Amino acid sequence: MRYLRAALAGLILLAVPLVAQQAPESGTPVQDLLQTHADQIAKSSRRTIQPVIDALVASGLPQIETVLATWQAREIWQRESDGLFFAATETDNSLFELTDFDTGEPIGAFPRDGLAQVKPNSGVQGLIATALVQFQLNSPDPAQRRQALDSLARAPDATLLAPLRASIEPETDPDIRARKQRLATLLTIAHDSNEAARIAAIAEVSGDLSVDVRATLNPLLSTHRTFAAADAPLAGDQNVARTLVPGRDIPVTEAYALLVAAGDAPALVSEGAIREALAVNIAEGRVGGVPIAALSDPEARNRAYDALAAAGAVPPRVDTAERDASLAAHRFYDVYDEPSAALTDAAQQALGSIETRVGINQALDLGLDALSLASIYFLAAIGLAITFGVMGVINMAHGEFIMMGAYTGYVVQQVIPDYTVSILVALPLAFAVTFAAGVAMERLVIRHLYHRPLETLLATFGISIALQQIAKNIFGTQARPLTSPGWLDGAWVLNDVVSISYIRIAIFVLALIFLTLFLFIMRHTRLGLETRAVTQNPRMAASMGINPDRVNMLSFGLGSGIAGVAGVAIGLYAKVTSELGQDYIVQSFMTVVVGGVGNIWGTLLGATMIGSLQKGIEWLNPSNTLAAQTYMIVFIIIFIQFRPRGIIALRGRAAGD
Amino acid sequence: MTRSFFARHPSVLVFIACLAFFTLLVTILSEGLGIGVISTSFVKTLGKTLCLCLVAIAMDLVWGYAGILSLGHMAFFGLGGYMIGMWLMYERTRDIVVTSLADVEIPPTPQEISDAIGNQIFGVVGSSDFPAVWAFAPSLPAQLALVVLVPGLLALVFGWLAFRSRVTGVYLSILTQAMTLALALYLFQNDSGLRGNNGLSGLQNLPGADTIPQSLISLWFLWGSALALGLGYLLLAWVVSGKFGSVIRGIRDDEARVRFLGYSVEGYKLFVFVLTAVIAGIAGALYYPQAGIINPAELAPIASVYLAVWVAIGGRGRLYGAVIGAAFVSLVSTWFTSGQVPPVDLGFYTINWVDWWQVVLGLSFVLVTIYAPKGIAGLFDLAAGRFPPRRHGAALGPDDGALREKEAEE
Repeated sequence: MRYLRAALAGLILLAVPLVAQQAPESGTPVQDLLQTHADQIAKSSRRTIQPVIDALVASGLPQIETVLATWQAREIWQRESDGLFFAATETDNSLFELTDFDTGEPIGAFPRDGLAQVKPNSGVQGLIATALVQFQLNSPDPAQRRQALDSLARAPDATLLAPLRASIEPETDPDIRARKQRLATLLTIAHDSNEAARIAAIAEVSGDLSVDVRATLNPLLSTHRTFAAADAPLAGDQNVARTLVPGRDIPVTEAYALLVAAGDAPALVSEGAIREALAVNIAEGRVGGVPIAALSDPEARNRAYDALAAAGAVPPRVDTAERDASLAAHRFYDVYDEPSAALTDAAQQALGSIETRVGINQALDLGLDALSLASIYFLAAIGLAITFGVMGVINMAHGEFIMMGAYTGYVVQQVIPDYTVSILVALPLAFAVTFAAGVAMERLVIRHLYHRPLETLLATFGISIALQQIAKNIFGTQARPLTSPGWLDGAWVLNDVVSISYIRIAIFVLALIFLTLFLFIMRHTRLGLETRAVTQNPRMAASMGINPDRVNMLSFGLGSGIAGVAGVAIGLYAKVTSELGQDYIVQSFMTVVVGGVGNIWGTLLGATMIGSLQKGIEWLNPSNTLAAQTYMIVFIIIFIQFRPRGIIALRGRAAGD
Repeated sequence: MTRSFFARHPSVLVFIACLAFFTLLVTILSEGLGIGVISTSFVKTLGKTLCLCLVAIAMDLVWGYAGILSLGHMAFFGLGGYMIGMWLMYERTRDIVVTSLADVEIPPTPQEISDAIGNQIFGVVGSSDFPAVWAFAPSLPAQLALVVLVPGLLALVFGWLAFRSRVTGVYLSILTQAMTLALALYLFQNDSGLRGNNGLSGLQNLPGADTIPQSLISLWFLWGSALALGLGYLLLAWVVSGKFGSVIRGIRDDEARVRFLGYSVEGYKLFVFVLTAVIAGIAGALYYPQAGIINPAELAPIASVYLAVWVAIGGRGRLYGAVIGAAFVSLVSTWFTSGQVPPVDLGFYTINWVDWWQVVLGLSFVLVTIYAPKGIAGLFDLAAGRFPPRRHGAALGPDDGALREKEAEE
C-alpha cells in the first residue's frame, strides 16, 4: 500500500509539471485540462473522445476519478458565460448547485438558464467506464470493485492489465481477490507482452471448464488460409497450423479462389458468366459461329465461348487441367494469426485438456437431460401402467386426462394468486377431478366393453376427441400459462456445462414419489390386492367376495387421477393447450409396451430407455428434435420385433396366454 | 362364374348401380357438363368423398374382415397423395419455368431448367437442390408406379415385421399408430425433401391442361374416383366372397384355430395388409389432386382413427357399410364444420356447430360402439328382418378383432 501511494505520488509529481506547462499561472489544473479539450467534451463522439479520456487519465490528477464518474453520470454542466465545467446537482426551483472540480468546494447555486449539460452518449459512457475501471479497482467500496471487475470481464482491455495486477496485492476481500487473480490470468493470456508469462498463465487455466477461459484461448488459435509457391520455402515468421491438400482438406474451388484472389491465377469463368458473355455477343442469330437454338447444350455453349475467346472478345476459359496445374504449383496452409509457436502449442494443449473435460461433463449433462425426460414420460405413463398395464384397458383419453389436470392447475391459479399455495391446492384437486372423470368414464363406457380392447380403444378415442374439443371451446386454442412458484425458478448449476432446472428435479422427485405410491398401493393395500385378483381372474375374485365392478371403478379412477397430477407437473414446464395430452399419448403407450405390460419396473425401464434414446439421438443431430422422435419410434418398432412382450415380460399365467 | 358371383352377392350389383346412377346424376347437375345446379367445389367434395369411401372399404377389409385394427391406413393414403403430388408439382412448375425462360436470349440448358424448378419448389424450405426422393418426379408412369409401390412396400416391411413377431390386437393398433406418427413427424421436417410442413400445393392444376376449366377437370376426377371405387368394391367383394374370405374371417375370430388348421396366417394377414395399403395409396392419389394441397398434418394419427370411426359408424364387416359410413360421416362433417348449420340458442349459451361438431361426433361414436355395433348398415338388417345369432353374449371368437354377437349375421 505504501509503495502504491509512493508510486502514485511520483506519478502526480511527474505529471504536474506537464500540466503546469499548459497553464503556468493557474491554480486550477483540472479545469485547465478540461478547457483544453472543451470542444470535444461538450460535443463528444465515440470516435474522437478516446484521446481526451487518455489525456485526462495521463494527467494523474487525483480529481480525475471524480471528473470521469461525474461525466459518465451526465452530471457535468458547462457554464455558458465563461465555458467552465462544473459538477452540478439540481436543487429546488430548478437551481443547480455547482461544484468546482479542483477544490471540490461548492461555488453556489445557478439557474438552469445559463448552464448547458454535457451529455455523453452511451458509446462515450462505455469508454469512460473502461477508463474508470482502474480507479474503481482500488475503490474502498467492495460493490464498486465488483462492478469494475464485471465491466473488465465484459470488455477486456490490454491497458488495464497493469492496474489490475497492482490492485491484487492490496485487496482484502478474498472473494474479490480471487476474481481479480483469475481475471488477471485471462488478461495475461490475451494481452501480456511477455510470452513466458502468457504460457504460464495458459498452463494455469488448463482444464478449466468456464466459458470465459475458452473464449480467451480460442482467439489465440484463430487461423487464416494462405498459400505459397510449391518450390519456395516458407516465410520464416509464419506459425503454420497445418498444411492443406486441395481436394482433401480444402475444397478445390476454395483453394483456387485463394489463388485468384491473390491475382496468381486467372479467374474461373462461371456458367452464369459464360451465358452473359454469349448473350452480349449475339450476332445475326449466331454466337461465335454457333446458332442460338443449339445453345441449350452446355457443350455448344463452351464451343461458342471458346470461339469468342479466340477472337479476343472475352477472357479465355480456365479448364480443369489448367486449374489443377496452378493448384499443384502451390502449397496451401492454415497459418495462426499468433506468430509464436510456443504460445499456440500451449493454447492447443490447454484447450485439448479442456475439451476432454467438457466432453465428460456434456455426457453428464446429457445423462441428466435424459433422466429428466425419462421422468416426464414415466409420469405421463404411470397412470397407464394401472389402467392399461394392470387392468388391460386401453384408454386413449388418458392424454386428455393429463390435459384436464393441467387445466385444473391453470384454473386454480386464476382463483388463488399465490403460486405456491395454488400448486399445493391444484395437485389434490387435479387428482379429484380426473379421478371423477375416470370413474364416470369407466361406469358409462368401459364397463360395457371389457374384453373388447379394440372397441375400447375406439370408444375412448371418441371421448378423447370430444374432450379435446370441449377444452378448446372453453379455454380457446391459445396456450395457457401454468406458472411455477418462485422457488422452482432457476437451475441447479454445477459448472458452466452441467446444469438442470429445479422444475425438472421436482418432476423427477414427483416421479419417484408416484413410483413408491404405486408400489405401496399395489402391494400393501386392500385395493391393490383386489385389483390384482380381479385382473387375474374376475370370476374367482367375485366368488371370494370381491366386488369386481367396484374394484375396476376404483383402480381406473386411481390411474386417471394420477394422470391428472402428472398433468399439473407437465403443465409447469410445457404450455397448457388442448393438444397437450395428444403429444404424450403415443409415447406413453410406447413406454408401457416397451417396458412390458403389467410391470411397473418395466414401465420405469421403458421410460428410461425412451428418454435416453431420444436425448441420445437429439445429441447426434441437435438441430432436429423431430428427427429424434421419428428415429426413436422406428427404433421402438424394431425393438418390439425382438422383445414383443417388452423389456420385462410376464411369464406363466399372468401373461394371459 | 361371374353370373353366379353376382347372383350370390346381389348387394354388389345394387352398389354398382347406385354408384353409376350417382355419377350420372352429379354429371347432369354439374356446372361443367350439365345444368349447373351443383357447384364445382361441391363436385370436388363429392369426388373426394368417393376416394374416402374407397379407403374406407380397404379399412373394412383389414379391420372388419381380417380383424386387424390398423391405425395407419390414412398414412398409406397420404403417401399415395404425396407420390402423385410430386409429379403434379414438378410438371406444373416445369411448365411455368419453361414459359418464363422462353424469352431469355440464350436458350436454357437442362441443368438451368432443373435448377430453376428446384428453386421454385424448395425455396420455401431454404433449399434449391432436388433431394434424392424426387428422382422419378419428372416421369408420370414412374410416379404412378410409386403410388402403388411406396405404400405397398412400407406395408410389406411393416406388416412382415409385425405379423412375424405375432403382434396382435391392441398392440398392433398402437404400433401402426406409432408408425403413422413417425411418418408424419418425418415428413414435418424440412430436410425430408418433401417441403416440410408446407407440403405440396397447387395440385389441382393439371400440367398441360391450363385451358380446360376446373369444372370439367373436377368431373374427370369424379369419374375417375367413381371408377376406382367401383373396381375396388368389385375386387374386395370378390376377395371376401370365396375361400380366401372365409379364411380371413376365421383369422379375425380365432386366429389360433386357423393356424392349427394349417393355414399360413401371417401370409394371409400380410396379403390383406399390403393389398389394402395399395388401395389406400390409389385412393390418396385420386383424392389430393381434388383437394389441391397435401401436408404432413393429413397423415397425423388422428386421421387414421377417423377412418376407423367411419367404418364403425357405417358398420364393419360389410363393404357397403364402410361406404355408407365414410360418405355419411365425411359429408355431414363437411356440412357442420362449414358453418352452414344454424346455431342452436339455448338461452344461456349458443351452440355453435363449428365448435361443437367434434364433440357430437366423438360422443355419437362412443354410443355407436356400445349400443349399435352394426352401425348404419344394421338398419338394412332391421328392414330385411335379419337378426344376429343367439350366442348368449359370446363373441364369434376369442380374438380381439372378433365380431361381437350383435355384429354377427346368421
